This record gives sequence, structure tokens and C-alpha cells, in this order.
Amino acid sequence: MTLAFYALLFVIVAPVFGGLLAGADRIVTARMQSRVGPPLLQPFYDVGKLFQKQSRLLNPIQEPLLLGHVVMMAATGAMMVSGTDLILVTFVFALASLLLVLAAGSAYSPYSFAGAERELIVLLASEPFFILMMAAICKVTDASTFGAVLASPTWVAFQLPGILIAFLMVATIKLRKSPFDISTSHHAHQELVSGLTSDMSGRLLAYVELAHWYESALLCGFAVLLFNWSIPLGIGAFLVAYAAEVLVDNVTSRAKWQLVLRSTWVATLLFAGGNVLALFVVGR
Amino acid sequence: MSFFSKSPWIFHYDASSCNGCDIEVLACLTPFYDLERFGIVNTGNPKHADILLITGSVNERNIEIVQNLYRQMPDPKVVVAVGACACSGGIFARAYNIQGGVDKVVPVDVYVPGCAARPESIIDGVVQGIAALEQKRKKTA
Repeated sequence: MTLAFYALLFVIVAPVFGGLLAGADRIVTARMQSRVGPPLLQPFYDVGKLFQKQSRLLNPIQEPLLLGHVVMMAATGAMMVSGTDLILVTFVFALASLLLVLAAGSAYSPYSFAGAERELIVLLASEPFFILMMAAICKVTDASTFGAVLASPTWVAFQLPGILIAFLMVATIKLRKSPFDISTSHHAHQELVSGLTSDMSGRLLAYVELAHWYESALLCGFAVLLFNWSIPLGIGAFLVAYAAEVLVDNVTSRAKWQLVLRSTWVATLLFAGGNVLALFVVGR
Repeated sequence: MSFFSKSPWIFHYDASSCNGCDIEVLACLTPFYDLERFGIVNTGNPKHADILLITGSVNERNIEIVQNLYRQMPDPKVVVAVGACACSGGIFARAYNIQGGVDKVVPVDVYVPGCAARPESIIDGVVQGIAALEQKRKKTA
């Protein structure tokens, strides 16, 4: 009963959290460029407007796929907080991301299609890390669900500092920040128009935004897993990491896909893999 | 309640402008004017845009492009012609390859005069475009 309540709580609170985070992101970005920036609630105004605007459906499957993307993203978080196995959560997370790729790939526009291909590449770059991270968290805490990890006496971040470093890097991909925002971006004047979202208008684009808010909240949940002894500390650490991502977003240009894939895999292998290996050796 | 006045997204197209007006449009995004304060975003994608901002007169080669961009924008949508050339053809009006102002090709809602149009008047034009956007939304809703 309480687990179902947590799931419902995530579905309701996560978009509010994600939307406010996106609004704060835009203000901080503007201040870094010595601008005033939009109001904090701007992302909500944007999504509200997109729902009021005409939606051009290019084919019959685009909308179901994008709806599925939102629902799966919300379900991933709901499953995580309601006590589903964390490895399964990672796989559902990957499936949710994949639905967006399929929706973008179903359009005929070359920009949309190129964006879908690049999104597949960044998924390829980020997925191994998330699986490794979850496996490592489950191993050091000897637990397999969100609640059990939080209840564990082991302090995860002290056991897995390498995972923490790699998480910072891979979160750049998931939060769609430069230099890893190769598949889509909110900014005009780039080589791919809007990449993935080029062919999505009206409420279709609103679904993508909504799913991204859920995704941000989900990543915050992952950060809480790493700081399992204190939930406020986990959320605080995520906000600090997000601020660092905004800074990196502002001072770097986009990388080529080869660099994204190589650097992420090297970070995953070196920091995350090295961390797990070291624990194994020490544990012997 | 309508969100259009709080989140108008702009798509800017340079028809055959001398780049004077384009620089003024970009100046609107810089810290001094900071259009994003009003939720205005330069999208770079007609399918996301509410307001089509056109600088320069329309020539024989880009008639179809301007019409195509206009058709790609979802309703409700507004066209703002920025600068003397976009309003009437300007000093290029009599040139052999020039059709004239933007309104020869697509319906224009707001005309912003000037050579080049000042950022203040461009912002004023966009604000009037938002009012036109609201009216169009009420008609379709």
C-alpha cells in the first residue's frame, strides 16, 4: 500500500521537480551569459502553450510512441521507488529512451533521422554505465531495491567514489548538456536543426519535454541511491552536480559522436570498472 | 488561460536581406535587450515556432522556401516582416529579381519599418505579433 503511494507520489511530484529544475537551469544559464533570463515557471508556460498549439502528426505511430516514452519514463521512476529490482529499472529506463528514438526515426526528415541515430549512439555510450552502477550498488549494499539500499548500513558513495565520478560524466548525456548534446538541443543555429525533435510539433513536443522532466527526477533518484544514508544529501548532491553540468554546458561546444562514445566508455571502464575491480581485490 | 503570450517562439528567416536587420534581430537576444526575459526563444525550427520573423525582400529564388516555411508552421501562427525591404521591397523593390515585400508571398500580420529596424522596434513588432497570435487562437478555438 505504502509502496503504491510512493509510486503515485513520484508520478505527480517528478514533473514539478523536473520543470522547476529546467526553469532554474534557464535562469542560471542566462545569468552566466549576463542576461536576466526567463521566469522560473517558463518551462511550464512552454509546455502549456505546446498543448494549445496544433500538432502535425506525420504518421499514425508517432504519437503512440511518444506517449509510450512519457509513460515508460514515469513508470521507470514509479517502479524504482515502489521497490522493483534496480537492474530491471535500468532496463525499463533504456526501453523508455528507445521509444523516443523510434518516434524520431519514424519521421522522414533527415534531421530527425540523424538525431535518432545519434541518440542511439549516446544510449550505447550511457547504458553500460547504468547497468554497472546498479550492479555495483546492489553488490556493496547486498540489496536489490530502492528501499533496501536506503536502509542499508553501507555508505555507498564511500564504497563507490569511481562510480560517482563516472555518473557526473554520463549524466551530461542524459541531461542533454554540451559537449554531449549531439542528438538534440534547445538552441537555434546548429547543424541538425533540433535533431530528434525536428519533426515534433505541438503536444508531441510537449510529451518529449514532460518525459525529460521525469528523466531528471529519475537521475536525482539515482543520485539518492549513491548517497543512501541521507536523502536530502542525495538531492543536494544532484543539484550541485546539475549546476556543474550547466557550467560545463556553457563553456564547451558539442563534441563529435566518436569523442562522446570513447570518452564515456573510457570513463565507465576506468572509474566505474576500476572501482568495482578494486573492491573485488580488497574484498578478497 | 492562454500561454501564447508567455511563450512565443520565433523562427527567423533571412529572405534577401543585406544582413543589417539580421544583426539587429540577433542583437535582441544579447544581454542588452535579452528577449528571453519574456519567454521568447529563437527556435531555428519552423515546426516549433509561433512567429515567423522575415528580414529582407522576397526574390524569385526563395518564394517557394518562404511559402514552405510558412506552411510547415503549426497553427496559430503570425508573420512579422522586419525592415523596409521585408515591408515593401525597400531600395531593392525595382531590381529585376525581386518580387517585393513579404506580403506578396505569405500573409503578413505585423510590419516593422526601419533600415535597419532598431531592436526596440523589432521587440515592439513581436509584442504586437503576440496580440495577433492571441486573436488567431480565439478564432480557431
